[in-house]
Amino acid sequence: MALQSLDIKRRSATTTPPPGVRKTVELAKLIDISKCIGCKACQAACMEWNDLRDEVGTTTGVYDNPRDLNEKTWTLMRYAEVEPERGKLEWLIRKDGCMHCADPGCLKACPAPGAVIQYSNGIVDFHEENCIGCGYCVTGCPFNIPRLSREDSKVYKCTLCSDRVAAGLEPACVKTCPTGAILFGTKEDMLHHAAGRVTDLKSRGFAKAGIYDPQGVGGTHVLYVLQHADKPDLYCGLPSDPSIGPMVSLWKGAVKPLTSLAFGMIAAGAFFHYVIKGPNRVSEEIEKELEP
Amino acid sequence: MKNDSQYISRFTAAERVNHWLVALSFILLALSGLVFFHPAFYPLNQLFGGGVWTRILHPLLGVLLMVSFGLMFVRFREFNRITATDKEWLRHAREMVAGDDRNMPEADKFNAGQKVLFWLLVACMVLLLLSGIVIWRAYFSFLFPLVVIRLASVIHAAAGAGMIALIMGHIYMSIWTKESTDAMLYGQVRRAWAKQHHAAWFRQITGGGK
Repeated sequence: MALQSLDIKRRSATTTPPPGVRKTVELAKLIDISKCIGCKACQAACMEWNDLRDEVGTTTGVYDNPRDLNEKTWTLMRYAEVEPERGKLEWLIRKDGCMHCADPGCLKACPAPGAVIQYSNGIVDFHEENCIGCGYCVTGCPFNIPRLSREDSKVYKCTLCSDRVAAGLEPACVKTCPTGAILFGTKEDMLHHAAGRVTDLKSRGFAKAGIYDPQGVGGTHVLYVLQHADKPDLYCGLPSDPSIGPMVSLWKGAVKPLTSLAFGMIAAGAFFHYVIKGPNRVSEEIEKELEP
Repeated sequence: MKNDSQYISRFTAAERVNHWLVALSFILLALSGLVFFHPAFYPLNQLFGGGVWTRILHPLLGVLLMVSFGLMFVRFREFNRITATDKEWLRHAREMVAGDDRNMPEADKFNAGQKVLFWLLVACMVLLLLSGIVIWRAYFSFLFPLVVIRLASVIHAAAGAGMIALIMGHIYMSIWTKESTDAMLYGQVRRAWAKQHHAAWFRQITGGGK
């Protein structure tokens, strides 16, 4: 067979099982915010590996550059200057990008078969050749990550370097991080390592340190170690309890197949009404009365 | 179509063209909208040149529908005022569907069922227009916060599905009630048909006579 994936767990807008005979171990990227120095090497490595060059932007008085994620910037350092306690300034720097949810809102929302793929290793990948540019994934994502390109009307986001990972390499950002703040391995190992980091942080005065692996989306395959896990919002608006949410669930849940069934019932009901009751014609009485 | 005394005029050419513009754009909208509704309907995208073309064309067709339905609204709204007789008619609608029309009060140019359909369609159109603008990524979505886009997505799908159901009913009624399509295709109906189905309107047109 040609090159193909046999380890697909879920495929957007597909109601039958995707090819999933090959089961791989669940992987995760661990971002230890307490070790990050904000050097942006990961951002540079991302654009280098993916061969993307964003526009050179303008300085707006903060380190964040570009100001937001976009179709050419799939990972972005976000800098927050916060005072979790009065008079105690902290510089919290978060590497933002796709979280690779176990229950991905983008995949659930996508109407195009095979435009969003989830591999059994946990990576959620966009296959842009199947993308129709509707932006539903943007609507469905609880982390506000996918970006619709104005040039080609396709959505782009972090792939967790699915191409590198498939060849047994770690993602480019992991490879380049000079402080070891970004690690990559099995999710089990990453959680284990993160737990050690949390213990260490707690011993250093960060009583609320913890792991960010939000269960509202079934857990993620990008994990954070947070100094203030009780207040994820401090980290440039990291959602405290992300989930697909009631509106997206209603929009993409069981209602639609049931409505589709209802269309069929209406058609069948109409047909049998006709067969049982016959057509509604002008009565003979009126026909005679108005005979010319 | 013969122009003798057996026939009376029901819809002008302009009204008919207007109706069929609405019908055509609605059918294209329903087929293209279903593509995004559920994977079972995704293959319908082939009618429009693929998924990307369906995404491009659907909102443009929506503009055509909104303009043509807007005109039809202005033309027909006067005939769709719901009266006390209409409420009586609706109470007996079940008997009529069961094949017994002896208790039906005399219907106007449009019967109460048609009037209710008209206003439900107006409601759907308003919801579809407003929510459609919000989820039109190419031009408008960036103006709205994510929660509004999510709400609009739900409303758009629900109103669209509701409208498909209403139009399925509308089409069936036109098949069930023989000769009613003549009115919208040729503009004229037989006097006997008018008296049978729209007696109040018939009396008004003919001045009570034959």
